[in-house]
Amino acid sequence: MKRLAALLPIIVIALHAHAEGTLTVVNFGGANGTAQKKAYYEPFEKLAGVKILPVEYNGEQAKVKAMVETGKVTWDVIEAESADLDRGCDEGLYEKLDWNRIGPKSDFLPAAVHDCGIGIFVWSTVLAYDANRLKDPPKSWADFWDVKRFPGKRALRKNARFNLEFALMADGVKPAEVYKVLATKDGVERAFRKLAELRPHLQWWEAGAQPPQFLVAGDVVMASAYNGRIDAAQREGRNLAIAWAGGIYDIDYWAIPKGTPNRDLATRYIAFAVGPDAQAEFARLISYGPTATKALTKLDAKTLAQLPSAPANAKDALKFDYRFWSDHGEAMEKRFNAWVTQ
Amino acid sequence: MEAVADTMVDVRAALRRDARRRTATALLLVLPLALFLLLTFLVPIGALLWRAVDNPEIARAVPRTVAALARWDAESPAPDAAYAAFVADLLALREQTDAGMLARRLNTEVGGARSLVMNAWRAQPLPATGDAAAVRAQLIALDPRWEEPWIWQAIAKNGARLTPDYLLAAVDLKRTTDGSIVTMDADRSAFRRILARTFGIAAIVTAITLVLAYPLAWWLSTMAPRRANVLLIIVLVPFWTSILVRVAAWIVLLQSGGLVNQTLRGIGLIDEPLALLFNRTGVVIAMVHILLPFMVLPLYSVMKSIPREYVRAAVSLGSHPLAAFVRVYVPQTYAGVAAGGLLVFILAIGYYVTPALLGGPEDQMLSYSVAQYANVHLDWGMACALGSVLLAATLVLYAVYRRFARMEPALA
Repeated sequence: MKRLAALLPIIVIALHAHAEGTLTVVNFGGANGTAQKKAYYEPFEKLAGVKILPVEYNGEQAKVKAMVETGKVTWDVIEAESADLDRGCDEGLYEKLDWNRIGPKSDFLPAAVHDCGIGIFVWSTVLAYDANRLKDPPKSWADFWDVKRFPGKRALRKNARFNLEFALMADGVKPAEVYKVLATKDGVERAFRKLAELRPHLQWWEAGAQPPQFLVAGDVVMASAYNGRIDAAQREGRNLAIAWAGGIYDIDYWAIPKGTPNRDLATRYIAFAVGPDAQAEFARLISYGPTATKALTKLDAKTLAQLPSAPANAKDALKFDYRFWSDHGEAMEKRFNAWVTQ
Repeated sequence: MEAVADTMVDVRAALRRDARRRTATALLLVLPLALFLLLTFLVPIGALLWRAVDNPEIARAVPRTVAALARWDAESPAPDAAYAAFVADLLALREQTDAGMLARRLNTEVGGARSLVMNAWRAQPLPATGDAAAVRAQLIALDPRWEEPWIWQAIAKNGARLTPDYLLAAVDLKRTTDGSIVTMDADRSAFRRILARTFGIAAIVTAITLVLAYPLAWWLSTMAPRRANVLLIIVLVPFWTSILVRVAAWIVLLQSGGLVNQTLRGIGLIDEPLALLFNRTGVVIAMVHILLPFMVLPLYSVMKSIPREYVRAAVSLGSHPLAAFVRVYVPQTYAGVAAGGLLVFILAIGYYVTPALLGGPEDQMLSYSVAQYANVHLDWGMACALGSVLLAATLVLYAVYRRFARMEPALA
């Protein structure tokens, strides 16, 4: 009986979560999740009189697939990476968006518009380092690979995505040529060879919050990191810095898992969250670029300069090619895994 | 005489009835458990084994194409009829999702198939139909890759409803287009190595737990029951703590600025912190800690039932105490050693969380690959095949144990 009593609040919460007027929004957590809460969830809760239940994940599509296949969809809106959105849309994991309710497509960056999703923000995976420890700042991925000039461990995300591109750039391939080279067999071999070169000096990360932690703790001297997470660490007073050249930028999208009972509310939420005011507020909280062109006019010069889309930052950066990854991602990731677990 | 025989028959019948009733009662009593096991254990395992060989996507989505390719030699250009059949199949797909599933399945065979199939699907209906050669020309005009044989080879190879490919891949083998089975390139697949590592780690963990648990269990078995019970509870406390909590505690203890390293540095044993985390050492330490009770308990229960008189008798007959222990006492504990060893080993080969959190990529066991394929690659056929390999390995091991147990009467 006592145990039942202890369980009661949990049951109540669980029931509450599925009650009407609750929207489950899935994000990538950490500083990004916190900024979303302030810029999107709280204002929408007030506006619509509903409760938003935030859930964190690292982009795994298996849960979405399992929910859609079993018909028990408890996630209403999710933040999806571009390649996952594109694949999920083809395979029926996501609903087609009702663009009439979201707004004219011309209000957004062309890349932010997709059948099944709309861009939330532009983000970049960049080279980050601790400016207190490296007085002579690294400027490129070639420096990241240079273990003589910069001794110490480096951190990379534990997957093939981005790392193969970084490896090619470190090997002297120009950003504009990267995907052309990677589309060839030799290019893939070259990327894996270059990655293997750095292997004894690598520590892997999986969650976006890890690279700034590793840098602050002094476990690594350099890391690939989401630019917003470095920005968040800077706001906490850490002297971390970004080398923008060779960064890979991409868009994260709002998407609605197929078969959610809250599709209507989910669409309302998305229409609100992609509005220029909400997006501008989000960009002030974390340095991820808005996808609504009108939001950019609401930001001051200082905020704009921190965004991946700022001209100075985007100059030598690479646009993530999700088409390449949705075709070859599986083979690359499997090969990467076989390599990394050997 | 007659009457006695009649009564005998009656009694026998009554006995039989009674036995039947008892059997029925017993069956009714175990029925809920049997149903529970069927639903939560046998059905999922059956589904797992089924999904490891199930290959419905292509046979279901493009049956005409599969039929058109049935006599194709997989070398020469694909017949025009296959192109026409493929377009007819695409037109028959009702939703984009169906095309998406086909594209996904083909893409697991060859990278690039996804965009090829989806673009063809989006281009439907093609202007010319009927004439197979014209359909072929149109597809090739849409994307020149349609002229290459690989997409057709992938379709032809997977036309059957059942496939051995997942299971083959789970042991680093693959089927070539001509049907022969060859070993995969070493840099493409590492499952044999990971399987060997899984068994290696499990064996090391079993050996260390045995070395640690044996003296402890012996000491406990020599104590008065009351004191032994108190100490057993101490052994069991970690057992009742969540595994995640224990793993997190090990991270705190083992990290480079952690308690273990600080203490060792404080007493001057080491100058540089030892690397105890994100490598094999951390994984083995934590797994030994978690699995120790599974070794202590079977050993303790066996040791408690061994009369101490045997060793005493051996010593009184002139044996050296150590020899008496090794030759008289230890053989009587084999049953506990075997039970504890088997339990720890089988639990250890399925470990996932501990290596995932405390190990580096080189310390991951087979369960990690299962999770990776299920969660990241969304290739559930492959995840099920790897799970089946793990299951088969466990069953083989258990069979070996049974064999061993039967040969050695002392173990029974």
